[in-house]
This record gives sequence, C-alpha cells and structure tokens, in this order.
Amino acid sequence: MLQRARDYLNSLLLLEVLKGLRLTGGYLFKRKFTIQYPEEKAPISPRFRGLHALRRYPNGEERCIACKLCEAVCPALAITIEAEPREDGSRRTTRYDIDLFKCIYCGFCEESCPVDSIVETDIYEYHFENRGDNIMTKDKLLAIGDRYEERIAAARAADAPYR
Amino acid sequence: MSDKITLEIDGRSCKAALGEMIIAVADREGIAIPRFCYHPKLSVAANCRMCLVEAEQGGRPFPKPVPACATPVADGMKVQTRSHKALEAQRGTMEFLLINHPLDCPICDQGGECELQDVSMGYGEDISRFSERKRVVQDEDLGPLIATEMTRCIHCTRCVRFGAEIAGVRELGATGRGEEMRIGTFTAQTVQHELSGNIIDLCPVGALTSKPYRFSARAWELTERDSISPHDSVGANLQLHVRRNQVLRVHPRPNEAVNETWISDRDRFSYQGLNAAERLDQPMVKRNGVWHDIDWTSALKLAADGLRAVEGDTIGCLVSPRATLEEQFLLQKLLRALGSGHIDSRLRQQDFRGDASDPQRPWLGVSIAELEQQKALVLIGSDLRAEQPLLAHRIRKAALAGAQVSVFNYFNVELTHPHQSFTAPPGCLLVELAALAAALELRGSSDAVRELIGLAKPEDAHHALAQQLRAARNDGNGLILLGALAEADPDYTLIKALAEAIAIGSGVRLGYLPSAANSTGAALAGALPHRAPAGEVLETPGLNAREMLTSPRRAYLLWDIDPAADVLDPALAQVALSDAQLVVACSSFRTPALEQHAHLLLPISAFAETSGTFVNAEGRWQGFQGAVAPPGEARPGWKLLRVLGNLLELEGFAYDSARELRTELETLCANSSFDNSARALRPALKVPDIDQQLMRVGQVPIYASDMLTRHAAALQHTPLGESIAVHLHPEQAGELGFAHGERVSIRQGDATATATVVITDSVPKGCARIPAAVPGSETLGAQIGPVALTKARG
Repeated sequence: MLQRARDYLNSLLLLEVLKGLRLTGGYLFKRKFTIQYPEEKAPISPRFRGLHALRRYPNGEERCIACKLCEAVCPALAITIEAEPREDGSRRTTRYDIDLFKCIYCGFCEESCPVDSIVETDIYEYHFENRGDNIMTKDKLLAIGDRYEERIAAARAADAPYR
Repeated sequence: MSDKITLEIDGRSCKAALGEMIIAVADREGIAIPRFCYHPKLSVAANCRMCLVEAEQGGRPFPKPVPACATPVADGMKVQTRSHKALEAQRGTMEFLLINHPLDCPICDQGGECELQDVSMGYGEDISRFSERKRVVQDEDLGPLIATEMTRCIHCTRCVRFGAEIAGVRELGATGRGEEMRIGTFTAQTVQHELSGNIIDLCPVGALTSKPYRFSARAWELTERDSISPHDSVGANLQLHVRRNQVLRVHPRPNEAVNETWISDRDRFSYQGLNAAERLDQPMVKRNGVWHDIDWTSALKLAADGLRAVEGDTIGCLVSPRATLEEQFLLQKLLRALGSGHIDSRLRQQDFRGDASDPQRPWLGVSIAELEQQKALVLIGSDLRAEQPLLAHRIRKAALAGAQVSVFNYFNVELTHPHQSFTAPPGCLLVELAALAAALELRGSSDAVRELIGLAKPEDAHHALAQQLRAARNDGNGLILLGALAEADPDYTLIKALAEAIAIGSGVRLGYLPSAANSTGAALAGALPHRAPAGEVLETPGLNAREMLTSPRRAYLLWDIDPAADVLDPALAQVALSDAQLVVACSSFRTPALEQHAHLLLPISAFAETSGTFVNAEGRWQGFQGAVAPPGEARPGWKLLRVLGNLLELEGFAYDSARELRTELETLCANSSFDNSARALRPALKVPDIDQQLMRVGQVPIYASDMLTRHAAALQHTPLGESIAVHLHPEQAGELGFAHGERVSIRQGDATATATVVITDSVPKGCARIPAAVPGSETLGAQIGPVALTKARG
C-alpha cells in the first residue's frame, strides 16, 4: 500500500525525468567530443586502412615487382595483376587493378607485400562519379602514392617500432 | 621373386630389389625424403646431400648419415628418414644450400612451385647465420626458349646430366669447383636440342625457367588441364596450364608407355601459336577480292549452297593429318554423302601407286616402349629427330643398350648415338636399299625389285647390316621403319616394296613412322580415298591428294591446312585452288595463301580448344577435352561439320557431343587391328632412271611442321627454326660454280624461288636440300623432285 503511494508520488513529480535531465545537463558543461566534420577532422591511427596507393623508391623506380602475393592473399579477389618483362628485363606489372567495390580494406595486401609497394593510406574521403571509377588502375594508384608519399612514409615510420 | 629383399624404412617393412637405392624404395612406399639432385630418369650424382638419412645394417649403424639416393638397399637394412640425426643432417645441408641462394622468391618464376622453397619451409631456419656477401653469377643466354638466372643455381647438375644422358648432346656443363662452380655452355652457344625444354622442369630452383612464360603468371593462378600433343605421332601427354581462358604454358604429364616424363620443345612451346595475332576468329567471305566479316548463319549457308551447287564428284577435300579422329570421320561422312570419295590426309605423299596393295591399317609395328628393346633398327627416309623427337629418344636408348641403328636417308641425319648412315640422293637410295636386299641374298618378288637388286653392288657395310638383321631376327627384335620423308619420294612404292622384301627376307618387323598426330587414325576415320571408316578397303577409291590437284576439282574443302606449306607441292596446289570455283577453308589461322585462294574462311578451334581423339603411331587412342574456349567466333571443328551436315540435309549428323562420335567410332573399329603386311602383291613398277640429275630434297624442319608451330614465335627464333636455303655438297657447288652464301634461283618446272647457298658435307652429291614449309618455299614444287639451280640475277 505504502509502495503504491510512493510510486504515485514519484510519477506525479516527474522524478525519473529530472534524473535523466540531470545526466544530460551534466554533459552540457563537460568537455566536448563532437567535432565539426568536415571543417574539423578526427585524429587517425598510422595503421588506418583507407584508399590504396602504390609507392616508389626515392629514385623514382616503382616498387612493385609483380610477385602477385597481394592478389593471392586478397580475400575479396579485388586485385587483378598482369605482368611481363619490362624492356630492361625486370619483372613489372602491366596491369594492377583494385576494384574498390570488392575491397574490404582488410590490409592483407599491405601486409603481404615484400617491398612495401601496395599500401593503404589514411585517405578516407573519396567518391566515384562515373561507372568504372571504382577500378583503381596502376596509374591512379601510383599517382596517389606520388602525391601522398610523405604522409605514407611518416605513417610507416610511426608504426615501425611495433611491427 | 627370389631377388626380393626386405628392409625397414621408418619402421615400415618394405620389399625391394637388390641394387635399388633407398630413395627409390621410399618413393614407392610414399615416404618423403627431400632431394634436389636425384631424378628417377637420370643417373645418380649424390651432390646435393639433401637426402641424408640414418641407416643401420645388421645392427651396426653407419658412422655418418648416408645419401638415400646413392646408397643401395640391403637385406635387413634399417633406415630412419625422420630421426634426430637425419633431420639434423638435412637441416645442416639446407642451411649450406641457402647460403648462396638469393632471397628473390617474389620475382622468381619458380616461386610457388620451387622444390627449394618447399624444402626450406620444412627444414630451413627463419634466419640465416651467413652474413658475408652472397655469390653472384653472370647469366648465360641459352636462346629464346630458356631463361636463366644462374645466381639461383644450387648445382644439382640435373640439367648437365640431362644433356649427357637423355639429349645426348652435352650442351651444358659445370666448370670450376666449390664456390667457383658454374653451370654454363662453355662457349656461349644457345641450347638447341629439340628436347632441351625439359631442363626447365628438371631444374629444382628458378635458375632455368621458360622464357616465353617469363613473369606472366604464378603457379597458383593456373588451372591444369590434360591434353594430348597435336604434332608428332607420339601423342605426348600434356598438361595445359590455363589462366583466364588462355594457355600460358605446357608441361608434360608422365606416361611411361608414351612420353615417359619428357616432351619435345615443339609440344612445350607451340601453345604460343594459340594466342597468335594471325588466329582466324571470324567467318569471312571474299567479295570482289576483298574479305568481309560475316556471321556464322550466312557463312554456313554460303558453304552449304556452294557445295550443293557443284556436282558431288567435283569436290575434293584435303584434310590435315592433325585433325582429330572425330573431325576426320565427320569430314569423310560429309564428303561421301555428297557423292565424292575424294578425301585425303596424306598431304605430303608423292607416290600413290601402292594404294591398292598397301597394308590396310599401317602403324609403328611395335609399341613405343618396345622400341627400346630392339636390337637392330633400320630407318628409311626419316629426319628422325625433327619428325619424332620422342621416338628418337627411345631409339637412342635402344642404341645405347647395344642396338645397331642404320639410317638410309637423302642427307646425313645428326643422331646423338652411334649409328651407320647410308646416304644417297633420291633414286640412288633405292639402289642402296637394293644392295642391302642383295646382301641378304633376296631375289625380290616383282620385276622392279629384281631389277634393282640386280643393279646393286653390296659393299661390306651392307653385308654387315644384313648380318645384324639376321641376328636380330632370332630374338624378334629387329625393326625397319619407314619415315615421313620417304613418303615424299617419287618412288615411295618401290621403297615400300624393298623394305617389305628386306623385312620378310631377314625376318624382322616393318613399321611406319607416320608424320602427324593422327596419321594412323586417318585410316580408322576413313579420311583416305581408299579406306572407309575402321580402315575398310574401298574397291573404288576416290582421288588421292595429288590427283585432286593434278586433275583440278571445281570445289575444294580445306581442313586446317595452309596450301602454301602443308602439302607436298605448294605450287601445284595453289594453281589448282586458284582455278577452282569454290574453295571453302576451315582453318584456325589466316595465312596469305588462304586469303589469296579461298572464297570462304570458316574459323575452327585449334587443339587445346576442342575435344577429340588422336590415334598415335602405336595405335593408342588418346582422348582429350578442350581446355580453353576458341577465340572470337571460332567453333570446334566437329560442331561446324555437324551443322554443315544438317544444313545439307544429310543423314547421320545428329551428334550431341564429341564423346558420342568417339563411341560410334570405337564400336566401328572394335575388330580392326593394325597390320603392316602388304594386302596384295606390289604392282609392276618401272625402275626410275637413276642418273646424275640434281634432285631437291625438301624435308620439313621441326618447327615448320604445322600451322600452330609455324605461328609460335619463340620456336621460330631458335636455330632449328630454319628458313629457305639451298644446302649443297662442296663438289656439287663447285660443279655448278656456286660459292657459300651466294643467291641462287631455284626452278622446279614452272615453280621458282630464290635462296642462299649453304655448302655442307651433310648432303650427298646429286642432292640439294631445300627445306619445305618454311618462309620462301611457298612457291616451290614437290618436296622431292628434279630441280635446276642458276645464279640469281641482280
């Protein structure tokens, strides 16, 4: 009987609601986690697995040697490689395609690469406007690598002690 | 068996024969012992030391681990392949082997199928204790077929032993010792033996790899499909490695009865032709001299209407002896249903006078494996190594085991084993054979043979050979083989009659070395003017390949041949075709001659793209399935013929699969056996005038044998990929006043060509060796026939 009276009083005074509002109100004065994307950006790990790139050596030679380990390890079968001897006799790809619709960004390609050629950069802002844009060709991948080489190298360096 | 002994390997009791090596017994028992230098087909070298095992005999252990490949088994021996001591030894060897082996697996073509890689996964350490500089070796250029990376070599010497023991030509050798040891060719030559591609398979690491395949794929991407070689009459068992509907390389499939574990370079590298730019991939029709693409429906209608418009009897069909049994069977069915019996696959035969008396179903005479047991072998008119590389290997084995090999040929054939040559120009070769018959004191059954024997003056060599044949008769191990080059002789029938007389007279067997993959099958399929299916004799034969051209037909059906190369007399063939009202060419390639003379081109599949059957020289039926789809609009040949038969409203063309066709043929041929004895007495023949007239001998070089091979780029760039030249004896050249390297014009009747003179001892006087089916020979006449040479003007 007494319990019922207490419950009735609680609901009449909206105590539960006030409790909730207190928690909400508390956060009003705490430090904010929300950021103003796209003006502001969240920090990301050097291990972030975003858009792919093909890297070059400092002398401009492409790193990829067409060993096809990434193609073999890719669980989504997103990578297609064709290779033949280049004019100087070295082993090079003639085609290196990654289908970004198939890719699941697992990073296995990056891990399997014996020459650190294929990498996943920290770029996560990209979109396609035309059919077929989802296929990242060798030229596109190398262009990304050239453009962001500094960032890629920095990320690798930051992560190196833990590998 | 009394010589069986018992030993124990890893606690398992095994039976073995005395003298066997431990590794051979272990292999049979399925016990894996790592090895690099051991190969069951090569001699034991025991230089890689990878197969070290622990063994004990009579309770007393061997003081050190012993190499399993070089330790013969003994009764009561106990072998431990996985004991601590054995594994330690193997691990140690592995570490030494890896000292100088580069860590370039990612760019090595052997990566993924490398014996060293596999074994190092099992026995190797994670890290190397060797911090000094690794050895670097300069590469050799071994020609267009084999790529080298000699730094990777681990000196197993399999390739060296292959050259010495299997090929018979020491092309590779090891120089230096210890770290200075190098595998190479001494004098920077290219490797040119026709079996040399096998060292790619033998090499346990990536030191020797295939050049045409270089860097194009990885082992794990490839799907293996079984197939049969379409070139020589061995029918080597192949494994096609396919990726994304493209044949990327070819490996042998072991079959002791046929090809053992080897294949010839022609079988291995001809796949390049499948991917050639000259493939015909669209039905085409010529209108006003210009080729237009058309669709299959119109193309087949044109073909059917065209064939219907001419009388059956005026159609002639030249079919490749490399067409499958099914295709040949359907073609002859089509032709005979149209009322024409003119179908022939003996495109390189010149003399058909023996047709009525020829054996019903000729074959090799013995099984391929039995060739090795022969004691006396006589080869007549055969450029053996070019025609049948794998049979040449079998014959070499016989020769090394003590067989006497004699060669009657128009020029000296380079064989890699002891042999005796009887070399004479066409015509005189008959006299040489007759001299052998005379030495055997034979009389001869017909006038011509008697007359020839009368002309002959046997010398010591002939008497010695006669003696060898008589000796071989006693254990039934003598064989006379008629080669493909003899077929082109204008007096082939006389050669056959003499060979038969010698075989019967000396009591040895006679065999035919058919030139192509399905030459033996052609008799079973009925693709001959005088044979119905199952090799039944036709009393009224149709026109043979030569008659079809000498008395031109109004319509021709060409099946996978190039009239400028695949026939005995390209000049004659092209004249006959250019006068014809209709030439329907079913082909897998576009060639200039086909484009010039055909009116309709129908694209058909090449060997890896269709299912079918080849009957090899020993009469073995070997079926295969298509491994890849034909390019573009090309279709399997038997399907094309089925539709054409239905369009022409002919009976018996309702097949659902090539399998059905084969079953029908098998039922038909159930009671047909091969037999090389002549059916009837040889006809009365005139002995040719054996004078000193210069004769052309046009052998088909190994890499010119068929359209597929001719379109395989790498093979054409080897030293064996010949081009046209006039090979003359020094005296002959002197008489004619030609110098080495001089340009001469060749005249065979109306047919002419120009070529360079090559002076060589390998050609006898009275003979000019001018290869056939090579670039430049398209305008020449018969492969063997009179020829006139004059200095080229200008």
